[in-house]
Amino acid sequence: MLNFLARRLLIAAMTCVMISILTFVIIRLPPGDFVDAYIANLAASGSTVTAEQATALRREYGLDRSVFVQYGLWISRVVRGDFGISMMWRRPVTEVIGDRLWLTMVVSFSALFLTWMIALPIGIYSAVRQYSIGDYAATLLGFIGLAIPNFLLALILMYAGFRYFGLAIGGLFSAEYAEAPWSWARAWDLAKHVPLPACVLALAGTAQLIRIMRANLLDELRKPYVVTARAKGISERRLLLKYPVRAALNPFASAVAYLFPYLVSGSIVVSLVLGLPTVGPLLLQALVAQDMYLAGSIVLLLGLLTVIGTLVSDLLLMWIEPRIRLEGRG
Amino acid sequence: MSQKSNSAGNGVGHAAGSEDRYAEATQLQLTWWRFKKHKLALLSLWIVAFFYLIAIFADVLAINDPQATDARRSYIPPQGIHLFDDGNFRPHVNGLKGTRDLKTFKLAYTPDPAKKLPVRLFARGYSYHLFGLIPTDIHVLGVEGGEAVDGLFLLGTDQLGRDLYSRLVVATRISLSIGLAGVGLSLLLGILLGGLSGLYGGIVDTVIQRVIEMVRSIPTIPLWMGLAAALPNTWSVTQVYFAITLIISLFGWTELARVVRGRFLALREEDFVIAAELAGASQLRIIFRHMLPSFASHVIAATSLALPAMIISETSLSFLGLGLRAPAISWGILLQDAQNVQVLAGAPWLLLAAVPVILVILAFNFLGDGLRDAADPYG
Repeated sequence: MLNFLARRLLIAAMTCVMISILTFVIIRLPPGDFVDAYIANLAASGSTVTAEQATALRREYGLDRSVFVQYGLWISRVVRGDFGISMMWRRPVTEVIGDRLWLTMVVSFSALFLTWMIALPIGIYSAVRQYSIGDYAATLLGFIGLAIPNFLLALILMYAGFRYFGLAIGGLFSAEYAEAPWSWARAWDLAKHVPLPACVLALAGTAQLIRIMRANLLDELRKPYVVTARAKGISERRLLLKYPVRAALNPFASAVAYLFPYLVSGSIVVSLVLGLPTVGPLLLQALVAQDMYLAGSIVLLLGLLTVIGTLVSDLLLMWIEPRIRLEGRG
Repeated sequence: MSQKSNSAGNGVGHAAGSEDRYAEATQLQLTWWRFKKHKLALLSLWIVAFFYLIAIFADVLAINDPQATDARRSYIPPQGIHLFDDGNFRPHVNGLKGTRDLKTFKLAYTPDPAKKLPVRLFARGYSYHLFGLIPTDIHVLGVEGGEAVDGLFLLGTDQLGRDLYSRLVVATRISLSIGLAGVGLSLLLGILLGGLSGLYGGIVDTVIQRVIEMVRSIPTIPLWMGLAAALPNTWSVTQVYFAITLIISLFGWTELARVVRGRFLALREEDFVIAAELAGASQLRIIFRHMLPSFASHVIAATSLALPAMIISETSLSFLGLGLRAPAISWGILLQDAQNVQVLAGAPWLLLAAVPVILVILAFNFLGDGLRDAADPYG
């Protein structure tokens, strides 16, 4: 168990390093450096910067040194929570991002939770009542989830809502709470708005998980111990929930680990379509305006949070799966 | 009596014949026989082939120049073809009269029954190069005469007055080929790294497996967005196309690598591989002559399952405006016009660009499933 934990933590740490390097590459990719952009920005507002000042600025930010030193300087600032200044907003990046990062995570986690809540019972039902109408309906739902990219689904839902119900679907808050400070009423308003984007995000993953759950449970149900238990007269409900479902849960839990990054990815595009105040629209704006510190920080933070989310689901897996817990105890 | 024995003999002969046929069939034939039983997969194969044919003959099938803009024909709704004229078979479309609504300043179009534009097969239209080589201007369908507003717009037009049908047809080319190119690159990476991993095992395997795990735990879309946005504005359509392909496949190879590694691990222990090794075959010969034929079908199946993901990736990126840029036409670029509810409320037909996306993705998924089942003909 410690072995498993250590390996997971090591991988998570290495993934974080990899993400930070990729982020650094993204920040440095556009031609010109931070100071060029800064000078251009100042020039646009009428003030000028002399060549000496520019050199001083470059030295201050370490831009005259090698790439590796620059990476080191950047990462040490990031670790201290200083993500740099957003060109577009002229405010520290952390201030610009603000609540948006947490809202992104709220949406993604809700989608993950919803995926579980929907896929588990439907998966069990599909396996127990194989080839029933309900099973076929679940399969159909699966194909729809598979075939429609989630941003398209959001688009179609939004159009249908507008066309047939006259509703403006979208956003995470009602107008009166959009700019309001946090309160219970605002949180409740958020809770009312989250399910729709969460459903849109969850559909593809749900489809996949139903198929996995169904296949695993079908395998389990054919095993002799099920027949033995049934012969001994155990009630069908207990028989099902006590062993086969628990055994079939394992791959189900590990599927969550790769679903989470996928959900975070999806939330970016869905947010843009549905106008959610997550980091998605901000990231797009930042990229279009080449505001690289803001964009890079968003990519980095999303990556790190995803790694943490994946780690959490791994720990969950460890809790469910006795084989991992006992690993190394011989 | 003799008849009876005869028929029995025939039966036996037939059975033996089919068994011979089974025993002598090549791997490819076996796979194909098994695949044919999967009706949905077979249908999907036809659908995929159909779309690739559209991509190849896109310019012939297009009616209007996909790039030609005209403000006088902005947002024309889809038009039907009238097949009969006074009881005679004379396919035609009615000319349109555009009147501007003085409140919304939108153009409203009313068909003008008096103005009949005959629809012709193999008519002359805008000029293009067939297969990029042969200059021609023949199109399968076309109308004769008429002014700018008059024409055949099967699926309506967009804001700039470009024909949606023709644009959709031409977009097939990029959307389907970028998937192939991306998968090709991913396949190269996947086979190389997965093969190394499965073949050598040990530390190489561990390192590659950990890298795969890391790549899989990164949310890809934000990274793609970052990389794609950094492409210089001055790049040509072709350069951007290849850069996007590269970016997409950079994160798409992991699944293929996993499949290849799994097959290598499974096959390494097989009797025929050990036999070949004992007979003194070189490592390369074992891989390409003995192992590759037996897992090629698995790789093909994994490839066709990876294709829809590539197509979705390109569509999402272009939809966000970070992928391919106009004048390139892809499904994602077409859907970009449909991003906004106000636009959709006025011109819902723009959402039709979603139909081919969904169809192709579904078809590739069924095809891949069928291939995966067929890949193991003895299973």
